[in-house]
Amino acid sequence: MSVTVLKPGLLTTVQDRGRNGYGALGVGHAGPMDDVAPRLANALVGNDDDAAALEITLLGPRLRFDDDALVALTGADFDARIGDAPLAAWRTVRVRRGEILDLGRARRGARAYLAIAGGFHAPRVLGSTAVDVNARIGRPLREGDVLATAAEPRIAFVERQRGASTSGFGPAWSLDPRPWFDTDPSAPIHLIRGRHFDALDAASRTALFDAPFRIAAESNRVGYRLDGPRLALVAALEIVSEPLAFGAVQLPPGGQPIALTAEHPVTGGYPRIGQIAAIDLPRLAQRRPGDMLRFVEIDLDEAQTRYLRREYELARLLEAVAARLE
Amino acid sequence: MNARAAAVDAPAAPGFSMEPVGETMLLLRFGERIDADVNARVHAAADMLRRVEMPGLLDVIPAYATLALHYDAAFWAGRDGEPPWRHLAGTLSAVFATPPRGDAHEGRVVEIPVHYGDAHGADLDAVAAHAGLGVDEVIARHAGTEYRVAMLGFAPGFPYLLGLDPALHMPRRAQPRTRVPRGSVAIGGAQTGIYPSELPGGWQLIGRTPLILFDAAREPPCLLLPGDRVRFRAIQASEFDALADGAT
Repeated sequence: MSVTVLKPGLLTTVQDRGRNGYGALGVGHAGPMDDVAPRLANALVGNDDDAAALEITLLGPRLRFDDDALVALTGADFDARIGDAPLAAWRTVRVRRGEILDLGRARRGARAYLAIAGGFHAPRVLGSTAVDVNARIGRPLREGDVLATAAEPRIAFVERQRGASTSGFGPAWSLDPRPWFDTDPSAPIHLIRGRHFDALDAASRTALFDAPFRIAAESNRVGYRLDGPRLALVAALEIVSEPLAFGAVQLPPGGQPIALTAEHPVTGGYPRIGQIAAIDLPRLAQRRPGDMLRFVEIDLDEAQTRYLRREYELARLLEAVAARLE
Repeated sequence: MNARAAAVDAPAAPGFSMEPVGETMLLLRFGERIDADVNARVHAAADMLRRVEMPGLLDVIPAYATLALHYDAAFWAGRDGEPPWRHLAGTLSAVFATPPRGDAHEGRVVEIPVHYGDAHGADLDAVAAHAGLGVDEVIARHAGTEYRVAMLGFAPGFPYLLGLDPALHMPRRAQPRTRVPRGSVAIGGAQTGIYPSELPGGWQLIGRTPLILFDAAREPPCLLLPGDRVRFRAIQASEFDALADGAT
């Protein structure tokens, strides 16, 4: 089973759920920008939720299927087509040998995830297939790459569909993207105060939660630069470099905050004024350069409670999807 | 610190404070400065967590004065709605009821051959001028000290070394270079380090090692590990070339 990359798109990378256990060596987690959508895509094709899927950014790739396959597309809303027929997202879809899937452009959101039954085969580096461009581990897809699947598709559904002749054939149900996709890009992003929040001057403390920020053009898988009011500290801080987490909001000397994303460096020494709540990181991942962003405060205990609830609901949904495919 | 901020109201634990950073990371703070004793306690604590094989941890990351624990929040979900970070912090307090000893971590001794100056150390003359020393004296002092790997960060395999002779401290360059060659040995403030791959960088370049510090395909991928001790050995261009041929 293989897929040939006819056009790579703007930035298409293989991602499993990320790399753990090598932070002490300066190797970060990477993984998908939106950690929810690829898990659902994998579930829809019967994979484990950490199987390697494609993260597709803004302008999608063109892929030729050299064998029949089952795929699922989740995350951002792309005008994806197989030939002339739109590809339905958030559901299992059968693609036939020789067909060409053109992911097109993102109509809403920034990142879509394409999973294939069996998972994409990719080199496992330090325990993970996640591409980390910033750390030079792996690379984005290029024209002419041939992607194989990692394993035999294992869902019974494949057997039942064998011989089906209609492109786009799949189960007659799809997932509702609404709980899992940022349908209202004007809704605020929850932010926990960071260690150095209180070191901001009074105007900056107010502005962080009141002012709109615009996601700057130079925003990517390493971080989002936020254009808005310049934020300032009461006095300069001497900070010793320390480990960082996905979603940290740092304030470099220029006063323009940076929200760190999937490929952020493992350590850093700028003041840490906030931490984006984990439940909202998938929503952040679906905002694009030029989009507006507004923060609303949440305290850590509440954020952690909501995070556990989301993980519980997501786990139940993944189980339900697996059960329906049997 | 505001009570609603990342409050440090963790259960009392010896020798460090605990600070939740978001939903899935807990930061153990041993001090606020770059200090060899503080850093030794960080590594001793990291060793201890590895020894007891603490469950529910995804990554343990030592830095200068802090130790980050990335954890599985679902694993640490407490009963009675206790937030996972408090549950984990409470368990850590018990684990560290006896504070880890800072001298417990011996580290290995690794020798790094360096060709100082010439094309490999474009800023060596500037460092010498800044220090008010001759170039040979700068090399002798840099290579005459034993360093400790305080942490790896910035890029995979980049070691931050403690122990630089205060006479050699020098601020970073006003204009960072867009490309620093792989293996460059450099000084940034009170620190010295080695660029493990070609990277942008603002540190003062004094030499270059032919050794490969990081190779994801190698096991272990890093030549230097946190807590290791490092000595530099000055080599001539001919030995650099011979080692470089062997290294690739």
